[in-house]
Amino acid sequence: MKKELLRLERVSKSYDGTQILEDLDLTIHENEFVTLLGPSGCGKTTILRLIGGFETPDSGKIWFDGRDITGLQPEKRQVNTVFQKYSLFSHMDVAENIAFGLKLKGKSKSYIRDKIKYALKLVNLESYEHARVTQMSGGQQQRIAIARAIVNEPKVLLLDEPFSALDLKLRQNMQRELVKIKKELGITFVFVTHDQEEALSMSDTVVVINQGWIQQIGTPENVYNEPENAFVADFIGDSNIIDGIMVRDHLVHLLGKDIPCTSAGFGENVPVDVHIRPEDIQICAPEEGQFAGRILHVVFKGTVYDITIEAGGFEWLVQTITGHAQGKEVGLRLMPANIQIMAKPESVDEEAVNDA
Amino acid sequence: MRERLSARLSSHSFLALPFALWAALFIVLPLFFVLWTGLTDGAGRFTAEHLSTVLQPEYLRALKLSVELALLSTCICLVLAYPLCLILRERRERQGLLVFLLFLLPLWMNSLLTTMAWQTIMEKHGIINMLLSALGLPGVHLINTPAAIVIGMVYNFLPYMVLPLYVSISRIDESIIEAARDLGANPFQTLRRVLLPLSLPGIVSGSTMVFIPSLTTFVISALLGGNKVLLVGNIIEQEFTAAYDWQLGSALSVVLMVFIILNILLEAFTNSGEQGKKRRP
Repeated sequence: MKKELLRLERVSKSYDGTQILEDLDLTIHENEFVTLLGPSGCGKTTILRLIGGFETPDSGKIWFDGRDITGLQPEKRQVNTVFQKYSLFSHMDVAENIAFGLKLKGKSKSYIRDKIKYALKLVNLESYEHARVTQMSGGQQQRIAIARAIVNEPKVLLLDEPFSALDLKLRQNMQRELVKIKKELGITFVFVTHDQEEALSMSDTVVVINQGWIQQIGTPENVYNEPENAFVADFIGDSNIIDGIMVRDHLVHLLGKDIPCTSAGFGENVPVDVHIRPEDIQICAPEEGQFAGRILHVVFKGTVYDITIEAGGFEWLVQTITGHAQGKEVGLRLMPANIQIMAKPESVDEEAVNDA
Repeated sequence: MRERLSARLSSHSFLALPFALWAALFIVLPLFFVLWTGLTDGAGRFTAEHLSTVLQPEYLRALKLSVELALLSTCICLVLAYPLCLILRERRERQGLLVFLLFLLPLWMNSLLTTMAWQTIMEKHGIINMLLSALGLPGVHLINTPAAIVIGMVYNFLPYMVLPLYVSISRIDESIIEAARDLGANPFQTLRRVLLPLSLPGIVSGSTMVFIPSLTTFVISALLGGNKVLLVGNIIEQEFTAAYDWQLGSALSVVLMVFIILNILLEAFTNSGEQGKKRRP
């Protein structure tokens, strides 16, 4: 495992009597691309602001490189932030914006000049040195904000939904470029977003958060393919989540039928959440499937068709590459490996989490 | 969209007619009369005589003192208002509004009344000296001094500083300040390198709105300066009401107007620099 760089230890934070985070533990490693993913108001931005030093936790500690930085002022942290609203200094041109931090640190003129050149090259905005930031597009402004942060050579770069104001194409470009920049710099990135696609496509580690609680930490493949609970399954990608009973290992009772699966270790006759991705369901002739039903409607989404099928008293969402006629009688077939079994939430707290 | 709107507005430009008439009749025309009176003799011939009279030491002294006191009270207003606006910016909610209204209170009272109140406060046997003597301290001579006039100006004109300054400071987004801190600026460096430059338009328009009435006041200087301290405003008033020398009074007004125009040009210049910033993507 890589070296630990940043650790939040039992951190709690509340605003105006509303508890945002409670006893949160989170460890971030060197040269890791971590994404904090969750719906708005889940506390992900608060975590970022605690790391940046803009908020102090009510209780708990923040460790940075083995040092307690809980009460340290933001200007003294080896951390820089790329803000959601770019937050460039409108009274300065591009070069002055980028030089802001370096000038404060008393770096030499030639050093600053080289750094500006390097940073602008990195974000693909060479020759923009003397442009007015207010006359640049949103994408360009966000690149300048990234350049302004990285010239200070932070150990951690914090990014607070930096691409949320950009249109889809530009956002995808920026995501690719950000990964490139990350590779070039070799520092830790902590990225906050509510966009699951963004999180999955860029990160080494995804931290799924809801209502201040960490739901799951894992690689993108991990959280997508093996969500630990119904919230993660539902939030990341499209899902069919059905109440089921684990009869015994490798067999689950689902909508009146016993279906073989690969999960084990839940015990016998235990209620569980059964999770199946829409693209993992095969449509076949009615007599060939485990469930038989009728296509309710078909929506063409570009790359796939979203097909809603009523079968066994449940409305299944199925994604296929080929279209099907509405009203057709079909069968559904499930591969054992594609059936994900999740434990039901135990506590009231967890239950509340899953309601969202 | 914007172009269409402006085109619609310009096609409705006749709506501006009442104001244009008003401005022509009651603003432009009188100004022209002042200019004309100041630059002609009684028979209507052009002369620079009155303007050169203004250059006499007693008038120059009054002019210099007026500019000095106006500058001083502008600076004091700025120093008082800036920290206030910084605090108000942070707590914009209920408490902020209360403090804000408190500072605007002088606007709601007749300035003649408040100035007379200051007279009784600063008099030889006024409230300040009564308090000082009750404490066994020597009294201070305030009334009929330039200091008394400056106090009166600051009290009456502070709201005109607070308003534009507050608008300009409260427009600065919190994340801009956080960005400065994030990049290594301590609170003082943040103030100097980010807050002050970004609030410059507010500083300039607030200063203009305090400087101009301070420069031209005659009520405050008459009541708090007695006849001991003469400002340009008082001399102009005397020329018109006591000496009946309208030509000289007008010439003095013209000179004063030069200062005001300079000030407004300065404001227009900083605002045009601000124009580019308003275009947000």
